[in-house]
Amino acid sequence: MAKQKKVDGKQPAGSGDAELHKSLLHSMLLQRRFEERVAEAYALGKIGGFCHLYIGQEAVSTGSLSLLRPDDYVITTYRDHGQALARGMTPRSIMAELFGRVDGCVHGKGGSMHLFDRNLNFMGGHGIVGGHVPIATGVGFAIKYRGGDQVMICFMGESVVNTGAFHEALNMAGLWKLPVVYVIENNRYGMGTSLERASAIHDIYERGAAYNMNRAQCDGQDVFAVREAMAEAIERARTEQRPTLLEVRTYRFMGHSMSDAVSGTYRPKAELEEWQKRDPIVLLRTFMHERGEIDDAGVQAMDDEVKAVVQDSWDFADASPEPPLEALYEDVLVESTT
Amino acid sequence: MPIITYRDALNQALREEMQRDDRVFIMGEEVAVYQGAYKVSKGLLQEFGEMRVVDTPITELGFAGVGVGAAMVGLRPVIEFMTWNFAVLALDQVLNAAAKMLYMTGGQYNVPMVFRGPNGAALQLSAQHSQAFESWLAHIPGIKVVTPGTPYDAKGLLKSAIRDDNPICFLEGEMLYNNKGEVPEEEYLIPIGVADLKREGDHATIVTNGKMVLVAMKAADELAKEGINIDVVDLRTVRPMDVEAIKASVMKTNRCVVLEEGWELCGIGAQVVDYVQRDCFDYLDAPVIRVHQADVPMPYAKNLERHAKPDVPKTIAAVKKVMYID
Ligand SMILES: Cc1ncc(C[n+]2csc(CCOP(=O)(O)OP(=O)(O)O)c2C)c(N)n1
Ligand SMILES: [Mg+2]
Repeated sequence: MAKQKKVDGKQPAGSGDAELHKSLLHSMLLQRRFEERVAEAYALGKIGGFCHLYIGQEAVSTGSLSLLRPDDYVITTYRDHGQALARGMTPRSIMAELFGRVDGCVHGKGGSMHLFDRNLNFMGGHGIVGGHVPIATGVGFAIKYRGGDQVMICFMGESVVNTGAFHEALNMAGLWKLPVVYVIENNRYGMGTSLERASAIHDIYERGAAYNMNRAQCDGQDVFAVREAMAEAIERARTEQRPTLLEVRTYRFMGHSMSDAVSGTYRPKAELEEWQKRDPIVLLRTFMHERGEIDDAGVQAMDDEVKAVVQDSWDFADASPEPPLEALYEDVLVESTT
Repeated sequence: MPIITYRDALNQALREEMQRDDRVFIMGEEVAVYQGAYKVSKGLLQEFGEMRVVDTPITELGFAGVGVGAAMVGLRPVIEFMTWNFAVLALDQVLNAAAKMLYMTGGQYNVPMVFRGPNGAALQLSAQHSQAFESWLAHIPGIKVVTPGTPYDAKGLLKSAIRDDNPICFLEGEMLYNNKGEVPEEEYLIPIGVADLKREGDHATIVTNGKMVLVAMKAADELAKEGINIDVVDLRTVRPMDVEAIKASVMKTNRCVVLEEGWELCGIGAQVVDYVQRDCFDYLDAPVIRVHQADVPMPYAKNLERHAKPDVPKTIAAVKKVMYID
């Protein structure tokens, strides 16, 4: 039977591992500083198209992906910079992609919404809401088919649960017992529409009941809460080959995309400010401070290092050439071997 | 005459038709509180209330079907897709329900509704968000497919589409919303299925539709500087297609270029060329040439995207080719 579990993330359930905490902080800080520069580059016209920032949600990517093995799989939506970095894609390959350059992770073909890295089993970067969820189920099917013990982590926004594709994909995963963790990043809004105005039920993890799927809800601002909930789900997928629906409650601190307002009629500024008080990076840093795991100089040193890495990615992207025009016709079909 | 944007022209059409007929309602993602992803439905929620201006979850297939059901029992839905790229998810309802219903029910149920939203590529939105669907839809009997290129046409055609007793796919242009043009204050309708000669000239014909009308007009301006005068035939509706307008122009100029936003294979241009070869064979002084998107998914990088899209220089080159210049 599926069981229901709520993780209370108010008290960080972190162990005494100072090195681990530093690496979590580093991962989140890298995402933050990287995206701050992305916003700057977008304003300068170096980045074009749709560009969706992840700022505010970094504990979800870091908390989840810090638990994975290299041979596990990850898939997500167009809001993909955070996951890509947390999975270990280099800032250089991502920034160059955003700049539309040949050294980008997909050689300038995809841009912000379509980051991929096959070497890291990072399977994108998808632009059609709901479209990647059945794909995740398919990867879960392949894992089971081959008798492997890998896990597929599928991230999505809370609006995705209203699509038909979500329902079809989770039903199959529940029916066939596939090793997939469906992570709903419930940041409360899909563009300008609040969860309450789009979904008949508001505790999204309850939807797991319809698929006979284990389900839980956790605090997405607290990296330890994310890790605790994810650890259980990943273990279940790896050892029992059973899926989980995990609802992570978080918030996006920026507009839906670079071309949307940060707040407005759909969400009041006061609400945003309330959530900003629970900035996932500040929460972890404060926790580490209190335990004497890092001091101000340590924070500063980490910040300087991360900023330098991001500056390097910018310089690298700027220097990378545009893709050659012949590339337009490449990679439409592979040369078939039969 | 007032000069307004394509966006405002559509907004006026919606408002006027909703005032005129209380069976008309609009439904889609972000149409109400957010005032439309592209602000086409601005102010409508305030004027008509939430029963007639309805925000939906992200469930294209679902709300397209809701539109079909409501239309079958007498309402007149306008279903907005945030873009036609996402309407692909609802294609089942367009193709297997709306387009088939009258035929399948032996004439008992017609489906008076409009599916509308922006179509085609904007800037650097890459592969999944940059597609032109008129040729896909034009393939389907049982619907009409409308692709206005100017504010004037957008307003007059949307009003006709809402009043039409059939399912209409109405394809707008994301890049057109800010474009301005003359739109009269008094009410007017533009008949669906009638092309418009947007510019007259004797040397060659450009047949086009939708957003490409602007490209054709700019190409014609450039060519005029070299003394080459172009007939620009704006199809406005691609199903049904105004064959007579194409024929009349090609029989006059004897040379034809077809310019479209989408891919080449089985595109709108293929159909135009077929009509031309059938009916104007003896009038042609050169093979018809087509200008279209490169036969690839749309890339992100600026230079590649530019290379992939049909544009003014490519259109000018095609015209010169049918005129055997250079
Ligand atoms: C099928 C489909 N419909 C509409 C869109 C346009 N769209 C892009 S993102 C988005 C909102 C998604 O919200 P959510 O799933 O909550 O993710 P978030 O952006 O909050 O991360 C919409 C409506 C789309 N990309 N695909
Ligand atoms: Mg959301």
